[in-house]
Amino acid sequence: MATTEAIDVVMPQMGVSVSEGTITKWLKQQGEQVEADEPLLEISTDKVDTEVPSPGSGVLSEILVQEGQTVDVGTKLAVIGGDGASAQPAQQEAPPEPATAEAAAEAEAPSSAESPAPTAPPAQEQQEQEPAQAAQAAQSNGKTFVSPVVAKIASEHGVDPSQVQGTGRGGRVTKKDILNFIESGAEAAPAAPPQPAPPAQPAAPPQPEPAAAPQAAAPAPPKPSPAPAPAAAQPGESFEPMSAMRKGIAEHMRRSLDTSAHVTSAIEVDMSKVSAIRAKLKKEYQQSYGVNPTYLIFVARAATETLREYPWINGEIRGDQIVTRSYVNLGFAVELQDGKGLIVPVVKNAETLNLLGMAKSVTDIAQRARDKKLLPDEVQGGTFTITNPGGYGTFHGTPVISQPQAAILGTYAVVKRPWVVQDDLGEDVIAIRPIMNLTLTYDHRLVDGALAGRFLRDIREKLESWDESAY
Amino acid sequence: MAELTYLQAISDGLRTEMRRDKRVFVIGEDVGVYGGAFKVTLGFQEEFGHWRVMDAPLAETAIVGACTGAAIMGMRPVAEMQFADFISCAWDHLVTVAAKQRYRAGTPVPITVRLPSGGGFSGGPFHSQNPESSFAHIPGLKCVCPATPEDAKGLLISAIEDPNPVLYFEHKHLYRRIKGEVPEERYTVPLGKARTHREGDDVTVVTWGAMVYTADEAAQQLEPDGVSVEIIDLRTVMPWDKQAVLESVRKTSKALVLHEDTRTGGFGAEIAATIAEEAFEELDGPVKRIAAPDTPVPFSPPLEKAFIPQVDDVAAGLRELAEY
Repeated sequence: MATTEAIDVVMPQMGVSVSEGTITKWLKQQGEQVEADEPLLEISTDKVDTEVPSPGSGVLSEILVQEGQTVDVGTKLAVIGGDGASAQPAQQEAPPEPATAEAAAEAEAPSSAESPAPTAPPAQEQQEQEPAQAAQAAQSNGKTFVSPVVAKIASEHGVDPSQVQGTGRGGRVTKKDILNFIESGAEAAPAAPPQPAPPAQPAAPPQPEPAAAPQAAAPAPPKPSPAPAPAAAQPGESFEPMSAMRKGIAEHMRRSLDTSAHVTSAIEVDMSKVSAIRAKLKKEYQQSYGVNPTYLIFVARAATETLREYPWINGEIRGDQIVTRSYVNLGFAVELQDGKGLIVPVVKNAETLNLLGMAKSVTDIAQRARDKKLLPDEVQGGTFTITNPGGYGTFHGTPVISQPQAAILGTYAVVKRPWVVQDDLGEDVIAIRPIMNLTLTYDHRLVDGALAGRFLRDIREKLESWDESAY
Repeated sequence: MAELTYLQAISDGLRTEMRRDKRVFVIGEDVGVYGGAFKVTLGFQEEFGHWRVMDAPLAETAIVGACTGAAIMGMRPVAEMQFADFISCAWDHLVTVAAKQRYRAGTPVPITVRLPSGGGFSGGPFHSQNPESSFAHIPGLKCVCPATPEDAKGLLISAIEDPNPVLYFEHKHLYRRIKGEVPEERYTVPLGKARTHREGDDVTVVTWGAMVYTADEAAQQLEPDGVSVEIIDLRTVMPWDKQAVLESVRKTSKALVLHEDTRTGGFGAEIAATIAEEAFEELDGPVKRIAAPDTPVPFSPPLEKAFIPQVDDVAAGLRELAEY
């Protein structure tokens, strides 16, 4: 590669189902020198917020996409080097980080930058993402392509082309199809007004009641009414745009509730033993490894161990099949520092980690999640999730399942409570014990209440009789 | 009305104008004694004398040069190139002088150059070309490509009457194959006005010259399948009837541009681009082009058949668009 050759920086593929990303910040300005792998910009997608390292060294000669803009994966974002700028081939050829594998590949073949082809995902990921890919393929067939004339007719008559049966190639809606559809009595719904209704008539209903159209042709098929235009800001209100991550969370939460039959069971766990072990391990963990033996990692360790015996809770419904696994990929819901986002990094193969390994892994991914340094692989492929909203004292919750998983475990504040225990003589006495509530929110399509109850009971037993030699 | 062949209609138009207007004369290789390579001017020398039906040396540049001079002096010359292919020899006179004379000096150059063009009879690379797009690209020249006997006569008279240099592309494959009613009296067909050869609702074919018939046969093939094809015969490619094309495309929303000339830079590209530019919101499918591949015209009959767009090629293209 010639040293003066320009290197394109493209929007990286941050996971198979991610198709676009938003530039949140350029960390280098036009004209600045940038070294290979040095953080160049920050992007936000519906899966992950991350820094994009530079695919090569040279002068950032051109920024093509400005902060705040959302572009498709593969879009050229900037150019490094080119006329007069020098690049260092040795550094360019160094294996790039996975996050930018595609960006680097693009940079090494600048001619292909204009027609970015989706890169094949790694084999395992591909397997896991097959349904998602099939869905994408279905969307990219002719069915959803709307030709200019069909779009025009649709907007003139207020018809949603996706409601029309297409006879064109791949089910595409042709001009004839939409004209026939309109002619056959699908009378035009009133087109949404381009401007919100004037404030003088705020009470005007945005769409007519069905009874208000008695002249409608007899059996008119149900027509889609255009979504009402968002209301303008009222006094005291202000608008802020939704980030890509917020939109992603919103979509996922709604979809999860629409998909799974959510049921929550809760159990109270006496954390006395864990508490004692924590106190013992704390110093060693902090001094030797720089990590804390938190309550969370004990729960994570116990849950992972218990999941071995409950494959369905670590499973998934895929089509009409039940998927079970020989591994546990444990997701942890992490609040981002600005309080405006949430991300679920995944500890892969959690079943191979002992308590210290779990502590190190959780500390590492949580920190990198907050620093926006997660790799796309690290937010995918979870099989079970733990969420820990107890940090602020809450003792109960009903979290939403991370799709397509079957369950999510909630951990809550450890609170000292008066607790009925048995003394040495077998008499009931009241003691002060650190109690933690655990909830399991599960998809009742797959997991029944009794199974969930046994699962929670087993976790409790492990936590209450913590066996240091085993864990 | 008499039924004339395409070739007879050309002769008829030329004779009509020569009888009417003493300024009109014919010049070309073997147009006099021999009556022309294709016998368009057979008997003309007997009727009009050798000063109005002049045999020229084998020098196209001299023929067009002489016509340009005569036109500037007030005559209405009609030159015949023995084959359209040889007009390249006269390029400089046509493009540099005749096309720009009016612009430079204000003097009109009312010359007509008859160009026997097109393939389909194993004429090989020197006797089969359709060079209309090269000249349509030159401001100051007009390009006429009649498809029917009636148009052949009416367009030739318009060409002779026009104050500009007009290239009259007469398709050799139509000469004796195509017959039709032709009015005996003098009439003109305006330059720049397309003709709807066939009305239809589903796909528009924009074409001219011999391809009008190829398109028509293809349209007939699709009729049983319920695909209704509209054929616009441009008649003149410069000026070309944009309005008629856009109007038809707005009706059908699908367009196929067909020509016998090679594809890249062919006049079809101009038409396709105009449709995309001015009727974008009316389109229900991609604008399709069918044209000859970018090679010289092959001599071998099977190869020539593969080169020139055939009925089946057009039918397949139409079907593809109809099904899109």
